[in-house]
Amino acid sequence: MTRSNFILLALVAVIAALPMFGGSYALRLGTIACMYGILALSWNVVGGLAGYPSFATAAFFGFGAYTAGVLLGKGVPLVVAVAAAGGASFALACLLGAALLRLRGHYFAIASLSLIEVFRELVNNATDLTGGGMGLNIPLTSTAGVMADATFYFYVMWGLLLGTASMVVVVAGSKLGFGLACIRQNETAANMIGLNTTLYKSVAFGLSACFVGAAGGVYAAWVHYIDPSDVFDILYSVKPIVMALIGGLGSPLGVLIGAFVYLGLEEVVWRNYIQIHSGVLGVLIVVLLLFLPNGLMSLRSRLLAWRPKRV
Amino acid sequence: MLAAQVLINALVLGCLYACIAIGFSLVWGVLNVINLIHGSFIVLGAYLAWGLYQSLHISPWYALGIAAPAFFVLGYVIQRLILNRVITAPVLVTLTLTFGLDLILNNAMIYYFKADYRKLTLTPPMGSVSLFDVVVPIDRLIATASALALTGILYLILRRLRVGRAIIAVRLDRDAARLMGVDVNSIYAIAFGLGAALAGCAGVLMALIFPISPLTSTAYLGKAFVVCVLGGLGSVSGALAGGILLALIEGIGSALIGPAHATTLSFALLIVFLIVRPQGLLGRKGFE
Repeated sequence: MTRSNFILLALVAVIAALPMFGGSYALRLGTIACMYGILALSWNVVGGLAGYPSFATAAFFGFGAYTAGVLLGKGVPLVVAVAAAGGASFALACLLGAALLRLRGHYFAIASLSLIEVFRELVNNATDLTGGGMGLNIPLTSTAGVMADATFYFYVMWGLLLGTASMVVVVAGSKLGFGLACIRQNETAANMIGLNTTLYKSVAFGLSACFVGAAGGVYAAWVHYIDPSDVFDILYSVKPIVMALIGGLGSPLGVLIGAFVYLGLEEVVWRNYIQIHSGVLGVLIVVLLLFLPNGLMSLRSRLLAWRPKRV
Repeated sequence: MLAAQVLINALVLGCLYACIAIGFSLVWGVLNVINLIHGSFIVLGAYLAWGLYQSLHISPWYALGIAAPAFFVLGYVIQRLILNRVITAPVLVTLTLTFGLDLILNNAMIYYFKADYRKLTLTPPMGSVSLFDVVVPIDRLIATASALALTGILYLILRRLRVGRAIIAVRLDRDAARLMGVDVNSIYAIAFGLGAALAGCAGVLMALIFPISPLTSTAYLGKAFVVCVLGGLGSVSGALAGGILLALIEGIGSALIGPAHATTLSFALLIVFLIVRPQGLLGRKGFE
């Protein structure tokens, strides 16, 4: 395991101590931080490692949220519902990936964007099952009180984050990760030397959807109410990309740090500029891409490379 | 008679769809950038028409003449100042950058105009024509004719003017065009400006027919996606074919299985087309 992956797991472990220090606000923020971490780390598998510009995160987030939501409504326990959401997302993404990942570049980006649209409309129109545009109310799973509930959901989300981080570390060190890096650098060549690129890409897409779907499921149980325009929000697709760009593409540690930095910025902006928060987010994206295209992690190496010259 | 009405509606709507998509297709083809601000440009154009009509009583037909140069300058400046810095970066970067710009523009519109739906209503209303049992509102008919005219103007610019040939040359082969003495950066800016101008004009025409709200920008953008992919990228005739095909499919789909499923149908078709025939109906790479 490389040093940065070790730091990644250590960082995740440190987050678990949060409930000892903070109140309910810190718990809410911590839960969202874990969720953003899951989304960003998952996106990094297909976007950072394999180099495919996927905008499908929101599609699987919503899919997982609705799968878990519907199951919870039928009285299925939370663990089963979330596992089902993750498993179903994995299977669906593998299948869709086998077809969609034949596309490259702009075409893949557009196809993955329109996946959100298709899922949202399907959920919108399946009123009997999902409540359509009225949204879906999800029954409370426990009656232990507000704080206990908040702590519980924080740890569930944290557990998923730990799972995602472990998955990323395992993938990075495995043949799969190596194959994905080959695909990113030169897919045709990777194919020529006998790498089953379709299989590798599909599995990567599935893995990147799996924890996103599960996180969607936990989110649904946590907020107790979901509707299509909320969980199929295209921002869920764009935010992980911005986080990865903040931290630096490809490096899991950078991506996770990017997620936390992004959440911090978002909180500050939301609190101070509620009317124009999405505009400020836009400015942030533009400034980031123009002036820091390789992310915060590149600053470190730039500083390190700079130091010897002064000596 | 229902079939004839569906067909006429599809033709009328299809030309408008083509007008929405054509600027998007031009930018994608020439700059290799998926321009996510396109939808917001269209809405901004619609607000321009609405504002001019409400405050100065300038008819939308004249507003086209104001929108085209104004949006051309806006697009030109955005390309020169912002987009040009990352033009060689991978898809992810350019796409995310235009998304950021779209967030800014859309938020600004929500801030100034609020998210309420508005409607540009001509006084007196223009009525409608009916031939046998097929009824078409006149304003919609004129909007369609204008959309066709705009499409034709773009075709002529690309076909006849020096700058148009240069745009095609850059699309065919960026490096060869540069070697032949074409100023590629300036062509990029002009192409983006043209794309923005077409979006603004499309917005003016949309204001006549559809309600205006910043929230509708993603719907326009979605239409542009589908039309481009259906028709084939970067050709004027492809956008027309794609627009009419999309309108036909939506019309027939709405009539057969209900309007609620029209969007799902069109996006499902988009994905099928991407997989089966990514070059689109009339797509030939770089040909004009």
